[in-house]
Amino acid sequence: MSLSVTTDTGDAPLIEAHGLTKKIRSFTAVDGIDVSVRRGEAFGFLGPNGAGKSSTMRMIASVSPPTGGTLRILGMDPRTDGPKIRARLGVVPQLDTLDGELSVRENLVIYARYFGLSRKVANARADELLEFAQLTERANSVVEPLSGGMKRRLTIARGLVNEPEILLLDEPTTGLDPQARHVLWDRLFRLKRSGVTLVITTHYMDEAEQLCDRLVVMDGGRIAAEGSPRELIERYSTREVLELRFDDEDHAPYAEKAEGLADRVEVLPDRLLLYTDDGEKALAGIQKRGMNPLSSLVRRASLEDVFLHLTGRRLID
Amino acid sequence: MALPAILAGQLQTYVEGQPLLVLPVALLFLGALGFGLGSLISKSGHPTIAGVPYPVYVAGGVLAANAMMTAVGESTWPVLGAIKWWRQYEAMLATPLSVTDVLIGHLGIVLIRAFVASSAFVIVATLLGAVPSLWGIVAIFASLLVAMAHSAPIMAFSATQDKDTGFSLLFRLGATPMFLFSGTFFPVEQLPAVLRPVAYATPLYHGVELCRGLLAGHPAPLPDLVHVGYLLLWLVAGFLVARFTFRRRLVV
Repeated sequence: MSLSVTTDTGDAPLIEAHGLTKKIRSFTAVDGIDVSVRRGEAFGFLGPNGAGKSSTMRMIASVSPPTGGTLRILGMDPRTDGPKIRARLGVVPQLDTLDGELSVRENLVIYARYFGLSRKVANARADELLEFAQLTERANSVVEPLSGGMKRRLTIARGLVNEPEILLLDEPTTGLDPQARHVLWDRLFRLKRSGVTLVITTHYMDEAEQLCDRLVVMDGGRIAAEGSPRELIERYSTREVLELRFDDEDHAPYAEKAEGLADRVEVLPDRLLLYTDDGEKALAGIQKRGMNPLSSLVRRASLEDVFLHLTGRRLID
Repeated sequence: MALPAILAGQLQTYVEGQPLLVLPVALLFLGALGFGLGSLISKSGHPTIAGVPYPVYVAGGVLAANAMMTAVGESTWPVLGAIKWWRQYEAMLATPLSVTDVLIGHLGIVLIRAFVASSAFVIVATLLGAVPSLWGIVAIFASLLVAMAHSAPIMAFSATQDKDTGFSLLFRLGATPMFLFSGTFFPVEQLPAVLRPVAYATPLYHGVELCRGLLAGHPAPLPDLVHVGYLLLWLVAGFLVARFTFRRRLVV
């Protein structure tokens, strides 16, 4: 890392985009977004599939040239300095691109060699990273039969072979079971604490809340909101949410009956959401008005509520 | 610096993952046609073709044709696979490597595989008595040029494909007819007059002539220079087109 200070100056953002645009033929995948990521933070792109998160990531990874706007990574322009930037980035793609015929260890060593690292350094890194990814015992297994969680950890380890300043993670836990997700989150926390800047895309609100210091909510190629998870929830939602299910096809009439019990009422196909700072009180009000929900749940507001409020849609359909 | 790494990665897979499947097939042709059919020819009163005993004649042809087949196999499915099924190219391009590096690396793999296949073939053919002189060693290197001259344009084609159906067509309409009719087993002059120009235009014809002359131990400098030049033309043109189709496919 000490070698790399020539191009970026102290506190300047590591990633800075203005009006960043990606058009793929006539389709606009990313529609003029402004983003700034500082050193050491965990920054998230939250949004549903097709929101433009992956296209944005590929531009930041300097493998996909922007079609409009400006983009600076580590103080350099990906259009002209792609190889130099990529030398200092780690990439964890959405779909694993491990070499299934090589062993766990060989995947790391050979990838390190792509960065021009000597065989000796590559071997040393591989040992450290196997430890970090909790794969030391599987070092000599072929990759193909490994579990999804192990493959993901190996992909992350591989993304770290060049000791990157920024690690880009595209949907890091999609398709993993809850236990594997928690193992992975734990590894990512450790990385963050060691000073690596994380950039994460996800369509899981819990992941965004867990991992991200700051995030942008993306929808239709644009940024709908920006802030820390807590700020976003405070700005766009109430503290608590009362969820009600009724034994009925249509929940809309119940929304009218509940009028005035909450700051805002959202109607979903299968339930009603009442936004209020005191869920229990709202529930008491519901019962007082003679409504009998099949089930009721008072919970804290989440980013899902922020997203619903901003776009009128749910995050995962 | 990156190139040896690409080679190392692929080579490791090759050495551990795949037996030398190309070798037996080439030897089957040499056995069945060179020696089997050749024994019939030796009794015919015309035991040689242009002064070359038939087994040697076939060995030279099969050396070149086999190099081509290796190139076709290694430049079709593996390229499409690295683009969309196993996505090794995506992984490589996330590093400082450029598209051109990746292309050169993959061509390097084909070169190594062709070298292994050709060397093994020449060694066995020598044991069987089908390689009369040390020119056989030079013939191995000539066959590598044949492999490269086919590999580069085929990679260019493979990078434009979405499914592998095009490869079956390539084999049926391109590789197999070339294998049989580019002078591998009989002189192109035996073909009907209308087909001869087609045979002369194929890169394999020039590869066969080049390899056969060398393997038989009497190279012809001037024609061979033309053969080498023509093969280089395919290699360079193929490389330039491949660089274009690779970029168009991989940088989006």
